[in-house]
Amino acid sequence: MTDNAPVVRLDGITMTFSRGGQALTTALEKIDLEIRRGEFVSLIGPSGCGKSTLLRIIGDLIAPTAGEVTVNGKPATRARLDRDYGMVFQAPVLFDWRTVQGNVELPLEILRFDRAKRTARAREMLELVELGDFVRHHPYQLSGGMQQRVAIARALAFEPSILLMDEPFGALDEMTRERMNLEVLRIWEQTGTTVVFVTHSIPEAVFLSSRVVVMSPRPGRITNIIDIDLQRPRNDATRETERYFELVTAVREALHHPGSTGSSGSTSSTSSSGSAAGPRPPSTGRLAVEGAVG
Amino acid sequence: MSNPALAAPAGLASPATVGMRVRAAGRVLVSRRARLALFTVGLALLFWEGGKLLFGVPWRADGALIWNPPFRIPFFNDINLPHIWAVLGGFFQPWQRGKELLLWEYLAGAALFTWREAGLGFLFGSAIGLVLATVFVHSRLLERAFVPYVIASQTIPIIALAPLIISAFGQSMGSVVLIATYLVFFPVTIAMIRGLRSFDPRALELMRSYASPRRAIYWKLRLPASLPYFFTSLKIAATASIVGAIIGEAPGGIQNGLGRVIVTFSNYYATGPEKLWCAVIASALLGLVFYGLIALVEARTLRGRGPAG
Repeated sequence: MTDNAPVVRLDGITMTFSRGGQALTTALEKIDLEIRRGEFVSLIGPSGCGKSTLLRIIGDLIAPTAGEVTVNGKPATRARLDRDYGMVFQAPVLFDWRTVQGNVELPLEILRFDRAKRTARAREMLELVELGDFVRHHPYQLSGGMQQRVAIARALAFEPSILLMDEPFGALDEMTRERMNLEVLRIWEQTGTTVVFVTHSIPEAVFLSSRVVVMSPRPGRITNIIDIDLQRPRNDATRETERYFELVTAVREALHHPGSTGSSGSTSSTSSSGSAAGPRPPSTGRLAVEGAVG
Repeated sequence: MSNPALAAPAGLASPATVGMRVRAAGRVLVSRRARLALFTVGLALLFWEGGKLLFGVPWRADGALIWNPPFRIPFFNDINLPHIWAVLGGFFQPWQRGKELLLWEYLAGAALFTWREAGLGFLFGSAIGLVLATVFVHSRLLERAFVPYVIASQTIPIIALAPLIISAFGQSMGSVVLIATYLVFFPVTIAMIRGLRSFDPRALELMRSYASPRRAIYWKLRLPASLPYFFTSLKIAATASIVGAIIGEAPGGIQNGLGRVIVTFSNYYATGPEKLWCAVIASALLGLVFYGLIALVEARTLRGRGPAG
């Protein structure tokens, strides 16, 4: 984490959708955000706040109506062509005609790794997500949580510098989700990848992140950025600390009362410009202002 | 930082038991299907012979009267509907008076010959269908321009087209193969236009996130995702290729196939109706065998995609 240049830089991202060529829906309005190397940033907000759209814009899967995305100092399209992104969606999107191993090798084939390297690399990634015994299985033979772990292994296989995760555990039950959270933290700590994580679960966002970006809908904008200064490594005990509950409460307040935060001034204009520090949420005066990265 | 809680959930069956269960389920399904098929065939035979029992002409064995049906309906006479045992017995008689070769042997040879033509038509036709569909899914313009002609091509009756093809390309096996090809390419084209678009759209996003070139998207996503459609169309194409070959043989001047056999036997139907029925059964069996082969390849290829695949 010596490199302090932002991995992702969003400048005035605006996204409007036209329906029937007439009515314009503003999905995102003037989003500014910086994400530094090795950060774990969650985007959280109610349905329709554009958090998934924002993630897809960062990943160059859709183009914004206005604004600029810079990733590793390049435009997003260049970054995508340079294979800077690993994507994990809410559904695992595994290819059912391939084995688990074959699914993880997919990006490596496209990147033209030679066979030996592909096999070794996929094996290594599957060990990382603790599915080493399931390489020859087909996706339908795995549980939902295991399938999602294959998807994570696949996303990490070619060592992308940034991992984009779109509600990856949204379809899983609560217990599996908590286990997957631990898993993802372990992987993040082992690989040092920058993660942008979309979720609508407050506990998940707080537990995982170094920063939580709170968004509000119509138009989608950033209303608050909250630094999560929980100690690392985090584990099940973390979920029972007082600090954890305070932060969960803080994120919930920020979600439920966007803009009504008064004294701390966490309106969209101030918060969205901040990268080093999130503005102080109103409910507790004890929230960290300094970035607690890593 | 290994975590025992991350191991496979207890509820999940081990791979071995899953495989066993799938195979056992497959066996049950096959035997149930076989019973159902036997039941339908039995039912049809019952109606056939039952009709003859009530409405047919007097039953004779070696000239002696053994049963006189109470009613008479001309449809059930021995020319229209020969007795089933007469048809089955026909297989084991000389295919022509004074010949050594039994009818079943003769029909097997003809069927193999027809299959060669049908098989070639099947290969060419499905290749053309696949290429056309690939072109159409990559170009809306070409799709809009040419798919109507693909459809129109199939509204031309094959009995009108066959003489045209034969007058253009001569009385040869090539013409027959061409007719089979013509019947095969259509179902494959139409099914594969659909099949090559049947991939999960999120998988396309995934491929784009790898900056995957079009070629890789085709070979690694679109084509494998389309295989269930491909095999469905191949099964239709297999039977269509046989129909095409049989229909093409007569005007095509091919002497050794089922088409010629059917024409000959229908000319002599009044003196030996069971022979035509035997030829019909042989054609049907040929179609079933071809279909079954494709189904077998399909089952092997799509194995592993899970119960839904």
